Amino acid sequence: MAFTISLYAALAIFALGLIYKIGTWFTRKTSRSSQDMTTAHRLLAGIKGMILTLFSRKILTIITVFVLDGIFQRKVFRESPFRWLIHILLYGGFMLLLLMHALDRFIAGAINPGYAATLNPFLFLRDLFGALVIIGVLLALYRRFIMKAPRLTTTPMDTYAIVIVAVIMLSGIMLEGVKITSYTRYQQMVEDYAGLEEGEDDFKALTAFWVKEFHTVAPDLTEPISPELIEAGRELHEMSCMACHAKPQWAFTGYLISRAVTPVALPVDRAGIPTLLWYIHFLSCFVGLAYLPFSKFIHVITTPVSLMVNSVMDPASDPANIATRQALEFDACMHCGTCTNRCSVGVIYEQIPNPTILPSEKLASLKDYVRGKPLDEDTVKLIGEGTYLCTNCRRCTDVCPAGINLEELWFTMRERLLEQAGPTPLVLSPFSFFRGLNQHRLTEEAYTKPLTQTRAALTASYPLLHSTTGPLELTGSLELSAPAQSFSVCFGCQTCTNVCPVVASYENPQEILGMLPHQIMHAANVGIRDLALGSMMLWDCVTCYQCQEHCPQGVKVTEVLYELKNLAITTLHPKEQS
Amino acid sequence: MRYALFQGCHIPARLPQYETAARAVLKTLHVELVEIKEFNCCGYPVRNTDRTASLLAAGRNLALAQKHHLPLLVLCKCGYGQLRYAAHLLTEDPTLKTQLNQTLGKEGLTYTGATEIKHLLSVLYHDIGIEVIKETVTTPFTGLKIATHYGCHALRPSEIVAFDDPVNPTLFDELVEVTGAESIFWEARLECCGAPLFGSNDALAFSLMEKKITSARGAGAQYVAVACPYCHMQFDTVQKMMSIKNKTNHTLAPVLYPQLLGLSMGMDGESLGLGMNQLDITGVAGFVGG
Repeated sequence: MAFTISLYAALAIFALGLIYKIGTWFTRKTSRSSQDMTTAHRLLAGIKGMILTLFSRKILTIITVFVLDGIFQRKVFRESPFRWLIHILLYGGFMLLLLMHALDRFIAGAINPGYAATLNPFLFLRDLFGALVIIGVLLALYRRFIMKAPRLTTTPMDTYAIVIVAVIMLSGIMLEGVKITSYTRYQQMVEDYAGLEEGEDDFKALTAFWVKEFHTVAPDLTEPISPELIEAGRELHEMSCMACHAKPQWAFTGYLISRAVTPVALPVDRAGIPTLLWYIHFLSCFVGLAYLPFSKFIHVITTPVSLMVNSVMDPASDPANIATRQALEFDACMHCGTCTNRCSVGVIYEQIPNPTILPSEKLASLKDYVRGKPLDEDTVKLIGEGTYLCTNCRRCTDVCPAGINLEELWFTMRERLLEQAGPTPLVLSPFSFFRGLNQHRLTEEAYTKPLTQTRAALTASYPLLHSTTGPLELTGSLELSAPAQSFSVCFGCQTCTNVCPVVASYENPQEILGMLPHQIMHAANVGIRDLALGSMMLWDCVTCYQCQEHCPQGVKVTEVLYELKNLAITTLHPKEQS
Repeated sequence: MRYALFQGCHIPARLPQYETAARAVLKTLHVELVEIKEFNCCGYPVRNTDRTASLLAAGRNLALAQKHHLPLLVLCKCGYGQLRYAAHLLTEDPTLKTQLNQTLGKEGLTYTGATEIKHLLSVLYHDIGIEVIKETVTTPFTGLKIATHYGCHALRPSEIVAFDDPVNPTLFDELVEVTGAESIFWEARLECCGAPLFGSNDALAFSLMEKKITSARGAGAQYVAVACPYCHMQFDTVQKMMSIKNKTNHTLAPVLYPQLLGLSMGMDGESLGLGMNQLDITGVAGFVGG
């Protein structure tokens, strides 16, 4: 009764959860262009896309990808055979258990009418599959907590996933172990299938045989048991039990447990532990099932879908379908950390403590952002910067085992965040090169606004440069690195300014650039740091090193400009420095 | 000769023909390239933001190469400059090195200063030599006029990058001439292509490039030779963008040096990725053998 009710409850929650999840794929908005799309439009576009694909040659690609990347996980193997082994053990073992053990009535039983859980090969296979999962869990724990892959983070969801699998597996094996020894269970079975009751001679004989051969732990059985009694028991066994029972040794994991609990088997049995374990086992399975749509296990559905969809979609696909795919991709990530492991800028996280630099963490934060979780201004700024600190090397996309088009997701989300997060000095760095190459995908206004806005904000942070009234205050000296501190030997010959191609690009350079290189060196020298920091010259410096190369005094001019940029950025974002 | 190939971020994603062509010519010259999957960003783009972070990124690459006991062969000029810069600072400042090694130690890496950093062109010029390359040039160009673009971050600051004479370099010219092409002299050859500002100040990036194009065309160049992904994308994709925007047609298309060398070694244009440019360069193959 409890079993049936909880099963149906779990199935109902699972179904509702799945419907809710699928709903979010058609409602959540990623790109700017998806903001105005209706759900109905996206649903129709999705259905149309699916039908067109099903009846085209693309279906072959989809099938290939499903088999190779979905079932056999080729992408995981290419990245790391060790992780592939872990995952195949976990998922392969679990899937086989699901088909043969959990759904035995519907699948194993339907295929083979002679199926019984306690007969070989099923008895042995169940334990074999279980053992595969356990080995997988142990290796996963080893990788996560002992090997310590660099920058691999563990979220509560990752811990939940490992814990729920461990509880399901261990309770199952323990249950099997105590059931082997259980006298109560034995009594019941004998009554049901052999029609014998305690006290009868035949019962005693059968018990003797089962204690000897099947390791049941029975009370009041005094050693040594006479061989005649066992022989009599064997006949009864052959008559009533053998058709359904293979030796418990075949269930090797449960058998090991049974040997361990034998000394305490009777009290364990009387205390109802087998029933308790049974409850733990099926309830943990149902919890896992009900919670699946909300946990990272949703990836058993979303990852194959993401792989298949991405294999046939390209940038020219219907924007409505791209928006839907991107919403789904957030759920296809199982936080395996492959992207972060291969991220080209991942290492700078050690110096700039913004976790959203790391692709796997970026995705998690962006998921919160997309689902409308209330995030404060600083958090949005932080995600914006993490999304911008990316060289667009596409390695994350190439290696993602779920086939998520991360590069595209970053591009899409970066633009939305730029719009919302306000000025970010990062846009005035070579990180913008990729954005420049892709400006045709943005409106003129959307492309230029973050740039002009940031320049304006930087200028406004240092009003001294543009104030024509008031005294020129000494706003503080600069502490730069030893090479950059060389500005102190500048004697103002202006060679740096004269060879600067940027200065040469303007008729009236000071109007555009603020201070020119030699003036910046001078401002640094006399301790008017705000004049040095507020010049657009810093951001328009092309870093060609002509100034530094030609300086007769050996001032590291370009180095000074670089370090001033670093300083100007920290002034705009004091919070991150703590 | 064995090197760890350092491709950086842009080449695998946006300029695969540079890798293909470089591998092809280096194979002909019996250079073995080792791939180190763990390489990361050279640190160049992050220098504007955080100097220490940029040194960390560069330092990790140096440590990885050191672990494999291999010199680095860098295809990118910005990456070359950045790695040389980092190596220089880490030698000069032992505190920085200690700091770096503390962070790298978390993943079992360490950098002592043992890694040699070379650009593709310096490997060709110094380690292989013009004479050896000459022997492999089987189908030299005739009548091809090339403007060599040196690239700022390879040339300067010369005391750190030590690539060639910063005022009167000849290395690239000699490498171009060995293919049979003529390396013309042009006024703006040591100037910046503008790439570092593209995306943040397009107008300035365009005007810097425009000056170079005008200078090279004025000197009679038919193509500009480059050996850096930033310079290449600037002269290729960005120049095309600029010519559409400004409605001009006086473009000068860039050829990657290994493509040029490969053609003169008798390789076919398609395998060297000549067709992958935005501005058409397939015509360069027509100069082979004259």
